[in-house]
Amino acid sequence: MASTAEGIRPDHRIIFDMIEPSSRVLDLGCGSGDLTHLLMRDKNVWVQGIELDEQAIYECVRKGLPVCQSDIESGLAEYPDGSFDYVILNQSLQEVRKALFLVREALRVGRRVIIGFPNFAHISARASLFFLGKAPMTPSLPYRWYDTPNVRFLSISDFRRFCRDNGFRVEKASFLSGHKRITLWPNLRALGAIFLLSKGKATTDNG
Amino acid sequence: MKAAAKKKAAETQLEVCKGSLGVVETREFTFAEGPDPLKLESGETLGPITLAYETYGQLNAEKSNAILVLHALSGDAHAAGILKEESTPGWWNAMIGPGKPFDTDKYFVICSNVIGGCKGSTGPSSLNPQTGKPYGTDFPFITIADMVAAQRHLIDFLGIERLLCVAGGSMGGMQVLQWVASYPERVRSAIPIATALKHSPQQIAFNEVIRQSIMGDPAWRGGHYYESGQPERGLAVARMIGHITFMSDQSMEEKFSRKLKKGKGHFSFNFDPDFEVEGYLHYRGASFVKRFDANSYLYITKALDYFDLSGEKLIGGHAIDTRFLVLSFQSDWLYPSYQSQEIVRLLKRKQIDATYCELKSTYGHDAFLVETEGQGTLVSHFLERTYTGAVNGNGNGGGNGKHR
Repeated sequence: MASTAEGIRPDHRIIFDMIEPSSRVLDLGCGSGDLTHLLMRDKNVWVQGIELDEQAIYECVRKGLPVCQSDIESGLAEYPDGSFDYVILNQSLQEVRKALFLVREALRVGRRVIIGFPNFAHISARASLFFLGKAPMTPSLPYRWYDTPNVRFLSISDFRRFCRDNGFRVEKASFLSGHKRITLWPNLRALGAIFLLSKGKATTDNG
Repeated sequence: MKAAAKKKAAETQLEVCKGSLGVVETREFTFAEGPDPLKLESGETLGPITLAYETYGQLNAEKSNAILVLHALSGDAHAAGILKEESTPGWWNAMIGPGKPFDTDKYFVICSNVIGGCKGSTGPSSLNPQTGKPYGTDFPFITIADMVAAQRHLIDFLGIERLLCVAGGSMGGMQVLQWVASYPERVRSAIPIATALKHSPQQIAFNEVIRQSIMGDPAWRGGHYYESGQPERGLAVARMIGHITFMSDQSMEEKFSRKLKKGKGHFSFNFDPDFEVEGYLHYRGASFVKRFDANSYLYITKALDYFDLSGEKLIGGHAIDTRFLVLSFQSDWLYPSYQSQEIVRLLKRKQIDATYCELKSTYGHDAFLVETEGQGTLVSHFLERTYTGAVNGNGNGGGNGKHR
């Protein structure tokens, strides 16, 4: 996804707003560190990134960000419980096989976990399946069936169910369609979702 | 690839001609004199001690721009520029100089030799003040921690309270880690490259074969050979073994393949070196005995094998705010990436600001000396951000609030 005219991606803006100033943040799959850099610079946040791509690591180092080369699934293992106030997992959960394990690990390492993912039940995806009988391609799921890095296909409803079943507390949820925030029928209308989770049984439903 | 290497060498040469750093000078600092010798980890003492060192660039008024660069097993204080009487540039000339990653326009770069060596610092070939003769094997055993303790005296002498960075590859990387373990408050950032928290049995095994090769040469004479001449045969073979471990299967293929010295099809049918790779090793061995002391090789390889900062030894219970840039190279099988990743795991456990990258290279362990492009970019940006303070812990206290 490209940056907006204001230089901040809409999903980054939402995550940025979710994070308390002066906290400690681990960004799993931080890419070239655009979000992490903003957090460090503007929110006084102590940041650490995990990223596999060498070129992205160069970009992070250029921005002064600490980043360890690793895949997402093995990146968390060494961190003690509660090392971070937030663990960010943006646009990568759907690329991971052991999704449940990863979210549990993230909630062990971080007090809160922010998860952003594309919504597989967006109306255009449904239409594509229903009317055309084709695997859906949407702005948030831009890949063809044979070249997608995604291995998990989930909807916003699926994710809510996932949280309820596994005892993850949903503290906040935001839904996006491009730059637009979606509040009404997000599972039908939103291309992507961002959830703020913590440990615990209760779920506050706001969407 | 060979053409590229040639081109690289030519460029390096050109840079030297342009004089980047120009002519530099190796200096000496002597301490631990008289009744105040340095207490070594073995329990023995050593004094007086001389350290050879070089400096490049200017120390700023706040003394906040000093970088200590540390060399590998057979390296020396001459890291960059050229010495008056020699034409070859320092061992990290591509990395140190005006506009280079260790930018001498911005930073004050110090390179210190190690004790136990033979390149101007006190070692087994130095005169024992008690006897007036070279120490030989009467020289006390030294460790990486002792090397670093000696360097600490040099840094005190230079009036530097806190180093902006300590950097080095291989054994230089071990010294970097030891600096953090011994004097964490004096190290703002650390760049250990192609190194390990401890030697594996395989690394110890290579070193033992290297030592046996030296000690098996009758000319070694129990280490007291300074009047009769050093065990050249044994030392040459030791170095040949070393050079095999510095390269990779691929870099040897690219450099030598099965090429014959006398051309295609010309086997000598005797035991002279036929293959180019043999000739190369012989050449390396022969040139090494002219510049390095056999006893130093013994003492330093032992120090490498004793080194172990695993577990809680690198970083104790206390929180430190040293930033780390840990680098390894893909084809390095002497100090494989998993050893650098062990350092990183330890840093994660201690929640320390850490960057790690495995760089692509086919040069094997030698990569840290020759593969300077990616390495240089990362080092340059890492240093600049650390120096200007646009990093974690400067204003952004975060959770642990332990920052300056």
